[in-house]
Amino acid sequence: MKRRDFLKHSIFAIAGAGVPLSALQLVDPKELFAARPELRWIFLVDTYKCVGCGFCVKACKTENDTPYDANVTRTWVERYVMTQEGKTYADSPKGARDGFTTSKIDLGRGNYREIKEGEIEQGFFVPKLCNQCDNPPCVQVCPVGATYKAPDGVVLVDRKWCIGCGYCIMGCPYGVRFFHPEHHVAEKCNFCYHRIHQGMKTACVDACPYGARRIGNLRDPDDPVTRVVMTQRVGVLKDEFGTKPQAFYIGLNREVR
Amino acid sequence: MKSHVWRPLWVFLAIVAVILLARVFLVPEDFGVHETGYMYGWYREGNVQEWKDPQPKYLGAVYCAECHEEKTTGRDASPHGAIQCENCHGPALGHPDDPPALAIDRSRELCLRCHAWLPYPTSGRMAIPGIDPQSHNPGEECSSCHDPHHPNLEEM
Repeated sequence: MKRRDFLKHSIFAIAGAGVPLSALQLVDPKELFAARPELRWIFLVDTYKCVGCGFCVKACKTENDTPYDANVTRTWVERYVMTQEGKTYADSPKGARDGFTTSKIDLGRGNYREIKEGEIEQGFFVPKLCNQCDNPPCVQVCPVGATYKAPDGVVLVDRKWCIGCGYCIMGCPYGVRFFHPEHHVAEKCNFCYHRIHQGMKTACVDACPYGARRIGNLRDPDDPVTRVVMTQRVGVLKDEFGTKPQAFYIGLNREVR
Repeated sequence: MKSHVWRPLWVFLAIVAVILLARVFLVPEDFGVHETGYMYGWYREGNVQEWKDPQPKYLGAVYCAECHEEKTTGRDASPHGAIQCENCHGPALGHPDDPPALAIDRSRELCLRCHAWLPYPTSGRMAIPGIDPQSHNPGEECSSCHDPHHPNLEEM
């Protein structure tokens, strides 16, 4: 081989290696279109309005046939109490299925802590549910294609396809997924998919007397929920994970995890 | 090509062929990469419809008003007007055929969900009239004194 040829080939090889794999991928028009369909479900939680009654949890468990007495639930409400000393207490007994009826904080293992009224700096409730992330880590880890992001953004689980390996339960940074005690597959909140596609709101939204929970369509600029998300100061949970969660919160602070 | 080296290759190829053939029959046609791309959109498309199909159990106050108009009119004026009927009366699916009567939750625990007094200044809870469940007529059903549909303390 001549030196000239050697240099020529080397330049080609280096230039070829420099092209990222994604640049060689053909653009799929269907995929581009899916990036902006006319429907993308989002959720809005106003933590100022929540009173911790837990009607949402009760309605969710009944609506979605989650075993009522098993300690699993698709949505739950957390209580946060911050004292003047700077300590933070958080609990969610039974996922707040029966609401919060006592000021004793459940520390687990049968231990409770009563915090006197004068010591409390802040006390509030935070409803939690699936964030229907734009980059759902639970979907990436599924080895069989049983969980996926539907075209309208909701992450669903195919009960016939799930093998119950539990990777997704570990993969969700929000602890939203659990193992369904009866179906023996992964289970999660899906924004009451049957209700929202039959023109209704989710069971938790309907059950909330204070309007702390709302559901909307991000692609509709006139949607009242979209307007709030676009024009007001809203936060998301664990932004640093890069999951792009689509459940937005009014009144979050750093103690809420 | 008759050699002990080649024979395992044919066996291997046969196994691969059987697996590929089985795949054709076992994997449904609608399973594959869909709109949301390979990373998040690899699924059985029929499942989306399966999740849309179930009948909702909670039907909302509009459904209740179809028959029980006398109970639902004027509801908005009541302090309890924002509470859905089914929160206490139970989900309406099937009613009035099956079940003919709904199981009403009249328990003290149900009222305490909101009316147990909690000292949380940065939540909406403090705005609700609250009691101490230990000292306020313990063991009594709230509805024996209070009307849950029109819970006006002055009208008691």
